[in-house]
Amino acid sequence: MKVYLDNNATTMCDPLVVKAMEPFYSEVYGNPNSLHKYGTAPHPAITKAIDQVYTAINANDADDVIFTSCATESNNWVLQSVWVDHILNGDKNHIITTEVEHPSILSTCKFLEDQGVKVTYLPVNEQGVVEVHTVKSFITDKTALVSIMWASNETGMINPIEEIGKICKEKGVLFHSDAVQAVGKIPVDLQAIHVDFISFSAHKFHGPKGIGALYIKNSQALSPLLHGGEHMGGRRSGTLNVPFIVGMGEAMELATKNIQATMSKIRAKRDRLEDAISELHDTFVVGERNNRTPNTILISIKGVEGEGMLWDLNNGQIGASTGSACASADLEANTVMLAIGADNELAHTGIRLSLSRFTTDEEIEYTINHFKEAVARLRMISSSFAKQAPTKGGEVQECELHHH
Amino acid sequence: MAKADVLGESLWDAYSNKVTTLMNNPQHQGEIFDAEAEARGNKLIVADFGAESCGDAVRLYWEIDPKNDEIVNSKFKSFGCGTAIASSDVMTELCIGKTVQEAVKITNIDVELALRDDPETPAVPPQKMHCSVMAYDVIKKAAGLYMGVDAESFEEEIIVCECARVSLGTLQEVIKLNDLKTCSEVTDYTKAGGFCKSCIKPGGHEAREWYLEDILVDTRKEMDTEKMKSAADAMAAGGGNFEEMTLVQQIKAVDAVIDESVRQFLVMDGGDVEIIDIKKNDRSIDIYIRYLGACGSCDSSSTGTLYAIESTLQEKLSDKIKVLPI
Repeated sequence: MKVYLDNNATTMCDPLVVKAMEPFYSEVYGNPNSLHKYGTAPHPAITKAIDQVYTAINANDADDVIFTSCATESNNWVLQSVWVDHILNGDKNHIITTEVEHPSILSTCKFLEDQGVKVTYLPVNEQGVVEVHTVKSFITDKTALVSIMWASNETGMINPIEEIGKICKEKGVLFHSDAVQAVGKIPVDLQAIHVDFISFSAHKFHGPKGIGALYIKNSQALSPLLHGGEHMGGRRSGTLNVPFIVGMGEAMELATKNIQATMSKIRAKRDRLEDAISELHDTFVVGERNNRTPNTILISIKGVEGEGMLWDLNNGQIGASTGSACASADLEANTVMLAIGADNELAHTGIRLSLSRFTTDEEIEYTINHFKEAVARLRMISSSFAKQAPTKGGEVQECELHHH
Repeated sequence: MAKADVLGESLWDAYSNKVTTLMNNPQHQGEIFDAEAEARGNKLIVADFGAESCGDAVRLYWEIDPKNDEIVNSKFKSFGCGTAIASSDVMTELCIGKTVQEAVKITNIDVELALRDDPETPAVPPQKMHCSVMAYDVIKKAAGLYMGVDAESFEEEIIVCECARVSLGTLQEVIKLNDLKTCSEVTDYTKAGGFCKSCIKPGGHEAREWYLEDILVDTRKEMDTEKMKSAADAMAAGGGNFEEMTLVQQIKAVDAVIDESVRQFLVMDGGDVEIIDIKKNDRSIDIYIRYLGACGSCDSSSTGTLYAIESTLQEKLSDKIKVLPI
């Protein structure tokens, strides 16, 4: 049996989505900006997709949702254009974000720091959640933007976006949320919650890779990142990617139309998996499951290094993910894991399992068995559970390596 | 970056078949207990290296025949990734049958070579070379315990890059011989820093005592001093006439004199001086200098100190010299 449990990384494109996209490659291929009938032919499909997207996040007609190539582009756009509009050409000099953001936020912030912007990286609590009072205490009259992820890709933990939105509104500070792990997984209602910008991406909810969007409240000013033609009102240039826009609209509708029912189905499977693997001794799962996206588990298994665990799961045809430094190209420990803390262990022993609406009960049962076998094998090899004590003088007093 | 890096290599695809096989089925995983070894009249040595909190840990077991110091059996336990487990396994394999004195000569490079499918193709991608270093370290520790000496006493030289086993001496020599100017040149010439990258600069996978960046700066400083000194020596030997030197030679000569006779006093007071320009006219050679640090605000910089610098330069180089602070 093959089991894909890495849906926070990317998802299978729903066959229904692929079907909706198909006509827009070789049949209806006109450039929507052309005047002739080839150009206008895809208009109804694009209009439908726009409706589907607006409905899915409950955007107002006065708001803009601009299609981008990915959420990385959306995140870069907000940060870089707020810098241009409010820092280079304004009197602000400060951006607030968190230590646990996606690299597309953190690296862009580092880049802005090199340009002289002051950036505050807020810590998270042991739940992996940003606390509202922390956000509040760092906002000054020089703060241009607060950027805080809606839900964490690593832990699935959901930040108090509604409260943070209120504070930002009160203080008159722009608020952006990277909602990549929220849209399509949990309800996102932009009439109920105040956010100026959110970024999201289709491939995280069974849409195609290569398309994302940026929501802009009240069509407010934000300099373009990509300059060019008059596409999407000149806000983001580049010929409209018609099949992907159609696919994104379809995927959003499929993911959100019965979201409560879908969530509870996924949650039941997730909880079954979580309960079963938590029976293993010396394990812990990060974060209250009620405040987590319903598909995510981040579990630390004492004595089992993350890449080794991933290896054994992979041998059993199970795709999962680890934040372990050993599994990364540069051997750098995952900053998110370090920020959550837990004695650094999480940085080496954390395994993330992320389900989707396509995950079956059989797959969960198979995973439970294989997971337990893998832990048993690797713990048998592990020095952490060895019985014979080292020769006097042969023990290790403390970590001799220093990770950053 | 180039074409091959557009997608980048898959980490696991770069492992040799031997690494994969041993990770899936390590041959020497397990423990040896004191009582067992004793019953066979042997001595058990158990050494740890690393810790779970730092991402990899290994425990090495040696059962040694005390009559001839031969390692008759060896096992390991490892908390680590696939390459760490495979490296530990092949390490124990290499130890068995050797005397402790022979085993201590096993390096991480031997371990990596033993993991290769064919002698020309690395067994692991560069960043995983580091896993085999653990094997090297724990062997030294076990040998130290058996022989009752400090593990560091087996180290004959300072190893800067453990992955490629490049010593401080080699690095300094290669930098000087080839006039290397950047860290990446140093890596190209010596392989140091080409693997886990910890030794290039602080902030990498593990903290190191020596970093390539510092070694490069220090070695180049040493090279400059040597050059300056030879320039000054040439001058002292009457081989050079300051007035007929090129501008670069003149600056070097002035700097050498300042370095030798003046700079230490300025630095002592928290200041320094740099040479900005040298301009020659009919009557004099004007040397423009700029004071740095505390000198900038010191009253004496336009009187006593200036006079001292000028008269030293006049005496050592040319009586036509005038020193002008900017």
